[in-house]
Formats: sequence, C-alpha cells, structure tokens
Amino acid sequence: MDKIVRIESRTVVLDIDNVDTDQIIPARFLTTTVRKGLGDAAFHDWRYAGDGELNPDFVLNRPENRDRSILVAGDNFGCGSSREHAPWALLEAGLRAVISTSIADIFRNNSLKNGFVPVVIDDEPHRWLKANPGAEIAIDLEKTRVELPEGPPAPFELDRFARYCLMNGVDQLGYLLRQSDRISAWEQRAGG
Amino acid sequence: MSGKTLLAKIWDAHEVVPETPDTPAVLYIDLHLVHEVTTPQAFDVLRANGLPVRRPDRTLATMDHSTPTEPASTLEELDRVALPAAAAQVRAMIENCAEFGVELRGLDSPERGIVHVVGPEQGATWPGHTVVCGDSHTSTHGAFGALAFGIGTTEVGHVLATQCLLQRRPGALAVNVSGRLGPGVTSKDLILAIIRKLGVGGGTGRVLQYRGETVRELTMEQRMTMCNMSIEAGARAGMIAPDDTTYEWLHGRPMAPAGADWDAALERWRELEDRGDAQFEREVSLDAGRLRPMVTYGTNPGMSAQIDEPVPGSGDPAIDKALAYMGVEPGKPLQGRDVDIVFLGSCTNSRLSDLRSAAELMRGNRVADNVRMLVVPGSQIVKREAEAEGLHEIFLSAGAEWREAGCSMCIGMNGDTVGAGKLCVSTSNRNFEGRQGPGARTVLASPLTAAASAIRGRVADPRELMDR
Repeated sequence: MDKIVRIESRTVVLDIDNVDTDQIIPARFLTTTVRKGLGDAAFHDWRYAGDGELNPDFVLNRPENRDRSILVAGDNFGCGSSREHAPWALLEAGLRAVISTSIADIFRNNSLKNGFVPVVIDDEPHRWLKANPGAEIAIDLEKTRVELPEGPPAPFELDRFARYCLMNGVDQLGYLLRQSDRISAWEQRAGG
Repeated sequence: MSGKTLLAKIWDAHEVVPETPDTPAVLYIDLHLVHEVTTPQAFDVLRANGLPVRRPDRTLATMDHSTPTEPASTLEELDRVALPAAAAQVRAMIENCAEFGVELRGLDSPERGIVHVVGPEQGATWPGHTVVCGDSHTSTHGAFGALAFGIGTTEVGHVLATQCLLQRRPGALAVNVSGRLGPGVTSKDLILAIIRKLGVGGGTGRVLQYRGETVRELTMEQRMTMCNMSIEAGARAGMIAPDDTTYEWLHGRPMAPAGADWDAALERWRELEDRGDAQFEREVSLDAGRLRPMVTYGTNPGMSAQIDEPVPGSGDPAIDKALAYMGVEPGKPLQGRDVDIVFLGSCTNSRLSDLRSAAELMRGNRVADNVRMLVVPGSQIVKREAEAEGLHEIFLSAGAEWREAGCSMCIGMNGDTVGAGKLCVSTSNRNFEGRQGPGARTVLASPLTAAASAIRGRVADPRELMDR
C-alpha cells in the first residue's frame, strides 16, 4: 500500500447527514468479484439521472470539483452495510479522504485498510468547511490535524496503529500472520 | 465475574494478544460466516500470498445475496434464471470454497439460505462466541449472547488466513426495555422504536446490550430480529445475555454441542447470564407497553413513526428530502398510503415464526388487486417447515408469490427489485434510497403490518384485522 503522510487538496462539500453505503455504491454493483472498476459506481444514483445522463447539479459532477480529493460530508458518513466496495469506489473516483463529525464504524475500518483516510473533527471547523466549499486544506497524519486557510488547525483522533500503517504503507495481514505462534498457543489453550 | 458486561466477558476470553495504546487486540474468532458477495476479493488475497484457510472447520459458507429466488439447484438452472453477473459471483463462490476446502451450503443444499438464518438454524452460533461475517447484519447472532459483528472484505481475508482480527474494544451501552408488548406489536416494532430513540448514528463505537423483562420474554427468533437491526443505530453489535430460552433453542441442533459436551457448555454459558451488576458506559430505557406498530416514513431506519402518528411536517431539509423521495405527505400519518409491493423476508424477518404470524393474518384473505406480494423464506429449511404446515398454501391462495430462500428484495442484487417510484412495505432492515432497486420507496414494518398492508392495499394497522 502507498504511504500516506499528508493530503493537500481543495475540498468538495457534500452537506448531507447520514450518507449511507447504498448511496456511496448501490448494491447492484456488488456482484463484481474484483476490486477494480468501481469508480463510475461511486454515488452512482446521485451522479447520474435515470436516463444515464450526468446530473449536472450533483456536487461531484461540477467541473471545478473533478480533480479534488478531499470530501467534506455531513454527520455519520458511511452508515449501513459492510461493503468494502464503498472505499474502493471512492478511491477510484479520485477521492482520498473524507472529513465529517462522525463516521460509521465498519466504513471507517474498511477505509483505513485501503488508504482512504477517515477524519473526524469538531463541529466548529466542520461548519467552517461546509460553509467554504473549495477551501484549500491539508490533512496531516504526522500532526493529526487538518490545516485550514484561516484559523487554528483542527485536530483529529486517529488510532495509533492505523496511523502507523497508513504512514508506512503497512499491510495488516502481514502483522497478523506474524502472530501465528500466539494464535496457535491460544487455540491449544482453548481446546481447539 | 461480577460487574463485567457480557461484551467484556467475551472480549477478555478471546484476546490472543491484549490491546495496548500502540496496537489493537488480536481477537480470536470462533465462527466465520461467509457468503458470495464479500469474499471473492479476500480469497484472491489468500491465493496471491499462497495462504490456506486456517480453520475451514470454523468457517460456515452459504450463498444468499445473488442467488435467484426462482428454483435453481444446478448451474444450468442458475444460468437460465439468474442475472449474468450474479451467476458469475455464485460460480466464483463455488470454485473458491472447493479450492480452499471450505464446505459450502450451495445451490443444491437443503440447508442453503440467508447466512444469518442458517447459522443459528444449524446451532453454529453459541453463547460466548465471537462471530463475524462480511455483512453488517451479523449483529443478528448477538441474540445468542455472542459478540457478533460485520466486517469488510480485507478483514474477511484476515479471518480466513489467521482466524483473528485486529480490534479495539468498543464501549457498551445498555438498552433496558420494560413493559409487555401489546397484541399486534412485535420485536420489529420495538427495535424500530429503539433506533428512533438512539438515532442512526447513536450506537457508533458501541455494542448495545438489550436487557429487561420484555427482552427476557421474547423468543429467540424475536430476539434475532432485534439484534439484527442494531447496526441501523450505528452500533458495532447488539447482544442479549443467554438464558433458558437460548439453551432450549440450541439444544439438539446439528452443530450445537451434544452429550457431555452439552453439559460442559451449559456450565460455561450460565456464567454469561445477566446478574444485573454490570457497569455500562451509558444506559437508555424504553417502555414497550405503550408501543404501537411502527413504520418508517423516510430514507433511513431512524425516520419512523407509530403507524397512526403523523409523520413530521416540513421544515427540516433532511426530512423534506426524504419525504419527497418517498412521496409521503408531510404532517399526515402513513397509515392509508397506497402500497404497490409487500416483501416478507430478509435476515430480519424470514424465520418460521415470522411466516406463521403473517399467514395467520392472511388466512382466508386476498392480497389486494393493486399489490404484488413476495414471500421469501430465510432458508430452504424454513421453506420446507413452512410448507409442512401449509403456510405456502395460505400465501399462494391469497395471491402472493412463494419463493426459494435468499436475501431477495431486501437488497435487490438478484434482480428481485421494487421498481422506481413504487412503494414497498418490507419486513427487511433498510429503507435507504434505492436499497430495493433504483427509485424504490421502502417502508420498513413487521410481518404483521406487512400482511395487513397486503390485504388492505394500503399501509394498514394489523390490529384492525386481528380484532375482527
């Protein structure tokens, strides 16, 4: 996995609370058996009208937002299903991080495993970000803070292990496999 | 072990490596449920790294999301009735399970069905177990006093390869329920009321433990319905401490302990019972005695009301957007709204007791002319048991469709979809925009409310039909 230390971008603001995984990627795209090819499915039913035409009103379709990689979303982003296709699709659509006031547990875990950075900040800087779409900001994993064009940076919490893995491109499966002796010992103690 | 929550008891017993500020716990997983949607990319990772499945004996595999609900017990039949992409996913599952030595309850298996129906049905889910699956409704298994939660595909790969997960311990929130559920009011209505109270993000980072006299009186199937929807409050898991109801349900099932092992297991399980002395991070209370049947009116499971209660008026942009999507009039009760489709099924409400209660209401009645009703049993075993009781004849003679087991119209992956702009009263768990197919409008409700709505052709209070 690529190492992620700092993400700099202008923001795209999707000011909707409780954006669920069925909006991030509708279930009909989950019949795939590979990780790739889901970029076009991201927010599909908001991005495209019923006739398959791009919906010009949807925020990610606006020309100025096409190359932006930080999404600012409403509270409780990513609620719903466990589909890891959600961060896969967002990454392939060019997004690298989401900033919200809360992020659903399974979506957050899935994101961290794929180098999509979930950032939870306080209400006040979040309100500022929502009011200033296109702000040029930086998410700094070293300093665990979001740097804004004005005012103090917004700190965020990130599990130390997850942060280490993101910053060093560590694959967590390798870490788990190295625990194999302890896992075997546990299994023996537990009687199988 | 006084003072410990059920979560803490199970967690402590499964820590292979305890957590530290720098590293999460390595948590051992007793039971890994797998299905066709969230596993192919995980099997690919094993293949790419030359890794075997560490414990095929702790891996229970079936197929549910992409499988057709038209009969298809062979690949030839599958190709005839299934969507091509869905059929390809089913084939990939068959090949992966064969390659990695995982027993699959596949197309021709009499035990195939929705993974969260099959696990408990087989007696695979035990009190004190850790249970995971690449599916958020894994919380269902918490009904047995297990710690059961949904994971993503990367973590599915972790469990396949190591039988462990890297996890931080969540918080524990007690939901104390008192009062007796009235006639026509079910545990589905209760959990919808709890989600409304907590909000769809209210459980984030926490495990819910349902307690109190009301919960103790629920059957296992009713408890599964409750725990199933814990994720809809954002919770990591939902759980209910085991008791005699749990043990009676498990006893004699194919994968439950037997003989001397049963006695030893029972002794361990009794240690997990609720003695009322556990300390929770937070507690909320709810009086179930005053509940009426619940229905959702909006586009997340927290947007619900009692059936005769007016939905919110306009003003809040999120509510306005939801009501506009749903085609629901602000400030009026949902009761009486025309219905196009009724779906009885899903991992929430497709077990034998769900089908029985709906059939009871439908006996001698017809599905209204404007309504299409789909009844999808949770497993092939549920299907056969229902048929042995003649339930299918009640549904069929009422004009409903009687299908093969699967997730079906809850998620629409197999092509069973509602249709744009159509309103579906559904016993499933999610009413997100497009959840049941593009443009579909979902009203979540109990099997009783679904049956009543099918008969009346509009959103209807089941108590009207019960009082006849």
